[in-house]
Parts: sequence; structure tokens; C-alpha cells
Amino acid sequence: MTPANLSAIQGGKTGKPRHHILSVLVENKAGVLSRVAGLFSRRGFNIYSLAVAPTDENEHFSRITIVVDVESAPLEQVIMQLDKLVNVVSIGELSPSEAVERELLLVTVDVGPTERSQVIQLVGVFGGEVVSVGADRLTVMLAGRPEKIDDFEGLLEQYTVVELQRTGRVALPKLDRH
Amino acid sequence: MQLTGAQALIKSLEMQGVDVMFGLPGGAILPVYDPIIDSSIRHILVRHEQGAGHMAEGYAMVTGKPGVAMVTSGPGATNIVTPLANAYMDSTPLIVVSGQVATGSIGTDAFQECDITGVTMGITKHNWLIKDVDDIPRVVAAAFHVATTGRPGPVLIDFPKDIANATMEWYWPTSVDDLDLPGYRPVTYGDPALVRQAAELIRAAQRPVLYVGGGVLKARAAEALRALAERTGIPVVTTLMARGAFPDSHPQCLGMPGMHGHYTAVTAMQRSDLLISLGARFDDRVTGKISAFAPEAKIIHVDIDPAELGKVRAADVGIAGDCRLVIEELLSAMDAHGEAPEAPDLAPWWEQIHKWQEQFPLYYDHSEGGAIKPQMVVEQLRDAAPSDAIVVAGVGQHQMWASQYWQFDYPYTWVNSGGAGTMGFAVPASIGAKVGRPDRTVWAIDGDGCFQMTAQELVTATAEQIPVKIAILNNAYLGMVRQWQEMFYEERYSEVYLSPDLPDYVKWAEAMGCVGIRAESPEDVGPAIEKANSIDDRPVVVDFRTDAFEKVYPMVAAGQSNDDIVVHPDQEAQAR
Repeated sequence: MTPANLSAIQGGKTGKPRHHILSVLVENKAGVLSRVAGLFSRRGFNIYSLAVAPTDENEHFSRITIVVDVESAPLEQVIMQLDKLVNVVSIGELSPSEAVERELLLVTVDVGPTERSQVIQLVGVFGGEVVSVGADRLTVMLAGRPEKIDDFEGLLEQYTVVELQRTGRVALPKLDRH
Repeated sequence: MQLTGAQALIKSLEMQGVDVMFGLPGGAILPVYDPIIDSSIRHILVRHEQGAGHMAEGYAMVTGKPGVAMVTSGPGATNIVTPLANAYMDSTPLIVVSGQVATGSIGTDAFQECDITGVTMGITKHNWLIKDVDDIPRVVAAAFHVATTGRPGPVLIDFPKDIANATMEWYWPTSVDDLDLPGYRPVTYGDPALVRQAAELIRAAQRPVLYVGGGVLKARAAEALRALAERTGIPVVTTLMARGAFPDSHPQCLGMPGMHGHYTAVTAMQRSDLLISLGARFDDRVTGKISAFAPEAKIIHVDIDPAELGKVRAADVGIAGDCRLVIEELLSAMDAHGEAPEAPDLAPWWEQIHKWQEQFPLYYDHSEGGAIKPQMVVEQLRDAAPSDAIVVAGVGQHQMWASQYWQFDYPYTWVNSGGAGTMGFAVPASIGAKVGRPDRTVWAIDGDGCFQMTAQELVTATAEQIPVKIAILNNAYLGMVRQWQEMFYEERYSEVYLSPDLPDYVKWAEAMGCVGIRAESPEDVGPAIEKANSIDDRPVVVDFRTDAFEKVYPMVAAGQSNDDIVVHPDQEAQAR
């Protein structure tokens, strides 16, 4: 997905967000991811991104963070159908304004002698990290809000990007200050 | 007590009260077939695994108890995929145990290996692959709990061969908390505030209709429904899945809605100002073109599956809950309110309804001579059968005629494949129904196309002494498809002709140990039925050679508005 597409999903500069984040607590059992993903395809819902990992020490439960394109189906239907899966324990719906969202990016860039310092500088400005150095390539890591990752990815377009991998976002509700 | 996995599985089924199961053994499930010899469970050996699944469905639909089927791995398991899909669409509690290759061989493309939990994920309520022999009692108990509570449905337990041969210390889970189902919480009671809102809408409605679906039968709510209907005086329609939930002979019953529904049922819904949907799901075969469906109606939607509320049509009041409990809550809410003096009089609405009933009753051309009319066969079967007989149908024209022309006065007397539309359902489902209710007369009304798909299960019926009766409405065609080709494809008949006498149904029936009877002209129909009804020691097959060009009316063409319902041409001419 290019940043342009991404910005469409996020409603562009002016529109309302068209994605929703579902934070789905599931039993950590064989096939559970397949059940969730299968439900989305079977019911014609679109997943924009998905991240999954165990969430407790005993690894009884996993949290799946799913970014749903809400134009593909009414969010209520998505939630109700998901909730019917026996292995789904609970579903939290996070509107982007009520959630903290983070994402991680790994990217490998071709760098000649002049570009190397530019890229390192850019990584520094964004608070990223160079994680691997080759003769004429760098792999850098950046974690942060998805929009920040979008910006960084946009700025990297002037260089030759060899490989790029984003994790998809993870999210939790914002805490109440009162 | 130490048991093998196979023994633990059979003992778990016994603990669940299983008295009969349908199946066919094979390599991977072989160890489980040994303890069956010593078990109290009756095992019915089918001729094809699809038969086992549909028999278990038929059994479940007439008894209310879950049906159980057992098959081996690979093709045994894939052969029961159709019954699982069918049970999923019609919310029938079905437990399938499939053999699986040994855990160490899973993923190696071993002989008769198939990822059946993967295959059936989208057509089961849930499925389990047992990987630890100690899990067997818990998983079996969980499977029955999931299949039979909330919105019922099929489940599958995949059972590897080495697990069957391993040993475990027997236990039995004593409470739902022991089933390890942290994400499973079916709803029961409706929200009282919503129930009060629903009662208000009902009180204010001038043209209400009770739109009754299969959920009413699943919830054992027929009595509660009758109380609600009689208390309010509201007309009732029963969908294809709900025939018998409200007596057809009741003056408030308008019959079946939908594509081939009664004119009055379809039209009353279209003109209604309030649809009270109980355990129905606004299926496309009921609504026709959804944007044109019941345009002036407010919607009260009661369903045990919250995902059904608003899935197709937004509800003004959507109540997630068990139909029986919600109807009872509604009745108490009405009691609390007392008799509402301002409640609108339904008399004008009934007057209109009676006009429709008079003008457009069910109709077919009775003219003497010529071929046997399929509708007449259904009427004569009905009139000669006890009123509590169970009727089973396959899918197609014969199914619609059976639903239209039978008189269903009791719940759980109608068994058919609704949502999935599975041809070949009737023969095995009728066998399962007769096993579940041996005290009842069971008639399968089948088509010749359907019959050819699963007829071999009559061998099972003969061998197991299950005396079902099969009426083949033999029109020598895949009749419903033929009807559509006649009406919508300029009579260009493509691949629908079957032949009336290939196979010879009488000889085929006799070869399977049944009595075979043929009726070729209208005079033969009565005697053929009489003879069939006199036989109770073996299955009977009657080959009714019916009018090949008879069509099902009324009809709403696919994708059209229910306003554009088409009645029989004779009625059309009369109305003009």
C-alpha cells in the first residue's frame, strides 16, 4: 500500500477516518487466526492490517489488532459476526481519536557515499535507529504513530528503497485523565 | 478408571444421552468402532457418509435432540461436508466425529489425510482437533453445549487415530465452567426496556404481521407464539423453516411467505405497518428485492443471534434473545400495561386479508384426465395421513408443493433443507426422522432428481428396518430449473431432462428391499397411497408419474419486488 492509498483509508487531510481498530482478545489456540481471517473473507469484510501476539504470561490468550476498512461493511456486523466465534473472548472497538496506536517499520535503502549521511540524519530526526549497515545499504527501524511512519516513508521515496516492511498497527484505549 | 481414547469418546457420547448415531467406519476411525459393540448406543450403518449427516439432521429436527454422525478421515469427512453446510444454514444441532490420521502424521499428506477442521471452519459453529487424550470428555461436552445452546448449529470433532489408542483416566465435566469456553456466552432473555418498546409498537400497529421463522421451533416456542397471536389477534405467516410452528388450520394463519409463498402471506407482509419477526432472518427468498420489501413496515426483530439484527434490514426494535423467553416477556409486558383501550381495531386489516384470501387462494388446474397433478398427489397424501405425520422434502418444485399443500398443524412435523437448498436431503433425512419418531408416519415427498442423489440410503432403511414412505413426484425433469428456463430463458431447456423411466424406480426400490409402487394416471393415485399406507414393515417407494410441465405458483421472480408476485394464469385472467 502506498502512502497515497493509506491517506485515503485515513480519510485524507480533510475527511473523517474511514478505518476502525478492533482489539480482539482471543484464546491462544491452534487455528484461531485462521478462524478470524476466514470470517473476514467469508463475509466480504476487508482487513487493512492485522497484528497478533500472545498477551499474557501463560500464553492462554492473544490480542489481535485489526484495522478494518469500515466502508466494506457496517462495523456493527463485523463485530457481531466476530463475537460469534467461540474462541473470541472479547472485542474492543477503538476509534482512532480514543486510542493510542503504534506501528513499526523496517526499511532497507540503497545509499551511496553522499546519501548515507542524509539517511542517517533523517533517521535521527524521526527518532529511528539504524539496525544494520552494509557496504552500500542501510536497514533502519522506526516505531511510532502510523502517521509518523507514513511521513518517514514518504520522505524515503527520494532514495532507492530495496525492501520495506510495516508491522500493521497495535493499539490500546487512551487512558482517562480524570 | 483407565480408558482408551476410543472408549472415552463412546462413553462421553453415552454421558450426553446419545441413543443413536449414524456412520460408516474406515481406517482412521477404526479404533472407535470397537467399543461401539459394547455400547448402549444404536449405530446405523449408512451407505454413504452424506446419508449419515442428513439422517442425523432429520433426527435432530423432529426430536430437538442433537443428531450424531461418525465418519472416517479424508473422503469420509469430506462426504459429510454438505450436511454440515446444510445444518449450518438451518441452525440444526449436529455433532460430527471424524477420524483423523495420527497426530504425528498430520501435515504429511498421509493416506486419507484431509484438513477437515480447516475445510469446515466456515460451515460449523465451532470445530475441534483433539490433540490430547485427556481432552476427550471436556471437548465432547463442550461440543454438545455449543451445538445445542444459543443459535444451534453443527460442530465437528476431529479425532486422530493415536488419540483413540492412547489411555486416560476417566472424568466427566460437571459444569459449564469446566468446558474451557471463555468466549462463549449465548444470550437468553431479551432486554426488558426493548421488550417494552416492542409492546408499544405492537399496541400502536394497524396492519401488523407476525413473521415467524425457524428460531421459534428451535426455541420450543410454538405454545408461547400461539398465546401471543391469540392475545393480539395478529395474523401469522410461517416461513419454510417454521411450517408447523403455528397451525395452518388456525384462522389467523396466512401460510408461508416468500418466493413461492401464499399470495396473502406475501402481500400482507408487503402492506404491513409492523413486522414482528420472531426467529427469522429476512432471507432473500422471503423478502424478494430487499429495497422494495414491506416498505411501510416498522420492524421488531427478535433473534437469539445478535448478528442477525440489522444484518439485512434495520430493526426499529432489535431484541437479542431466545424466542420463547422473549415472547413470554412480551406477554408479561402487555399484562403489566393492561388492556389498552386505545389499541387500534384490527378488523379493517382482517377484512383486507380475507379479501386477498378469497381472491387468490392456492390454485392449480384440476381439469379431469391427462397427467397426474403433483399438487393433487400432495393433497391426497395429506388427507390419507394422520394429522401428526412427519413430512420430509428435498429441494425444488416438490418441496414447494409439499410446503404449500400439506396442512401443518403441529410443530416438528416438517423437515426440509431450507437455507442451503440441498438436493437429495429427503431420503436420508426421512430415515433419521423415523428413527427419532418411530411412532409417527414419515412421508418423504421427493423429486425424481433429488431421489437419484441419495436413494441408496433406502438400503440402510431396509437393513435397519426403518419403514419410511417415499413419494416421488416424478416429472422426468429437474423441475424447478426447467420452470425457470421456461419462464426466463425462452423455453430453451438446457440439461434438465431426466426421463420418467430411467431408472425404473419400482425395480430400483425392490432391489433395495422396499416395496415399489407406480401410479401413472390420476385414478392410480388413491389406491397407490392406500397400499403404501398399509405397509409398515419395510420402506415403500411410490413413483407418481406427474405432469412434467406443471409450474409452482405463486411466484416472485428472483431479485423482483414482492409487489410483482405472479399468480397462476387462470387466476390472473379471472382477476382482470
